[in-house]
Amino acid sequence: MPVLRTLLASLLIVAAGVATLAAVTDRFRAFTAEGARRIDVAEHPRALPPASLQTASGETIDLASLRGRWLLVDFIYTRCLSYCSVQGNEFARLEKRLAGPIAEGKVLLLSISFDPSHDGPGQLADYQRRSRRHGPGWIAARPTSAEELDALMQAFGVTAVPDGFDGYVHNAAINVVDPAGRLVAIMDWDEAAAAERYVLARLGT
Amino acid sequence: MTASTPRAWAGLALWGVLALPPARHALEATMALHMLVQIPLLAVAGWLVAGALPPRAVAALSRWDAGGICGLLLASLAGLAWMIPRVLDAALEDPAVAAAKFLGVPLLLGAPLALSWPRMGFVVRGVFVTELIATAFRVGWLYLAMPQRLCSNYLLDDQQQVGRILLAAGAAIALAAAWKLLWGRIRIDGPR
Repeated sequence: MPVLRTLLASLLIVAAGVATLAAVTDRFRAFTAEGARRIDVAEHPRALPPASLQTASGETIDLASLRGRWLLVDFIYTRCLSYCSVQGNEFARLEKRLAGPIAEGKVLLLSISFDPSHDGPGQLADYQRRSRRHGPGWIAARPTSAEELDALMQAFGVTAVPDGFDGYVHNAAINVVDPAGRLVAIMDWDEAAAAERYVLARLGT
Repeated sequence: MTASTPRAWAGLALWGVLALPPARHALEATMALHMLVQIPLLAVAGWLVAGALPPRAVAALSRWDAGGICGLLLASLAGLAWMIPRVLDAALEDPAVAAAKFLGVPLLLGAPLALSWPRMGFVVRGVFVTELIATAFRVGWLYLAMPQRLCSNYLLDDQQQVGRILLAAGAAIALAAAWKLLWGRIRIDGPR
C-alpha cells in the first residue's frame, strides 16, 4: 500500500525534521546566534581566557587580576558614531548608580576595545570623557595582542562586521562576569537597569 | 546514456563550482547573495543531479512517496532549517554546518523536490506554491520590520534588502502562478 507506506515515511520525516529543528534552535528557544549565545552563557558559564589589557591611563593590567568582584563588560570602538556612543553614556550612568558597591570593591565596569590598532590610551580616555565618566570604577582598555583580542571576542561571542563606512557593526551587549572570572549573563546594551538589578541581587543588597 | 545525463553533469558542475572557495566567499559576502542566490543554486544543483537516478531507483522510491508527499515534506523541512538566522550565521563560522549546507541543501531540498514534483497532483502543487508565496511575504515583511539584526555576520541594511527582494519574489511567483492558472496548460488529476 503506497499510501500507508508514504504515511509511515512522512511521520518519520516529520519526526526527524522536528528533532533537527529543535536541536539547532536549543529546543525552539534561540533562532538567532545572539539568542543562542545568551542561553548558552546562562546555562554554562564560560571561563575567560587570560589577557593583558592596556588601560586609558596607559598601565597594563591582567584580566585575571580583576577577579574577586563582579565585572560588567562591554565591547566598543571609540570611532563609533552611532549607538556605541550611547553605550558609553550607559556605562557612565551605571558607574554612578553602582557607586556604593564599586567603592567597596565589589563591582567594576570594563569597556574593551576591539579596534586596538586605533584605540590607544588617548582615544580611550577621550571616549570616557565624552561619555561624562566621573570616577575610577570604569576602566576602558585595549587588548595588547591580536591573539588575545581574538580569544576574548571568541569567549564573549562578539562578532564585529565592517559597516562599509570605516566603522563596525557589532552585537553590543552588557556582559556580566562573576567574581570567579566566568561569563554568566548577557544583557542588551540598553538594559543597564537589568544588569544593575542582576548584580545587586547577587550581592544581596 | 539517457537524456537526463547532461543535466545531471551540469548539476554536478554547478555543485562543484559553488563549493569553490572564491565562489563561496563571493556568495556569502551579503545576506541576500547567501540566502537568495547560493542556497537556491545549491537546491538547483541537487534538482539537476537527481535526474541521473536510474529509473528503477525512482520507481522504488515512488512506492514510498504517494502524491510526492514525502519529498515535499523533506524539502520543506530542509528549507525551513535554512531560514533560521542562527543556522545561516553558523554556516559562516562552523565548518561542520557549512558542510551540512553544501550536502544537505542539494540532497535534502533540491533532489527530493525534483523526484517528487512529477508525482504531485494539482492540489499538492497548489498548496506548495501558495505556501512558498506566503513564506516569501511573511519572511520579507519580518526582515523589513525588524529593527535588530537577526544575523550577527550581516548588516541591518543587508537584512532589509533581503526583505525587499523577498516581497518582490513573492509577488513575482504569485503573478507567474496566476498567469499559469489563467492561460497555461494545467493538468488536474489525482496523485499518481
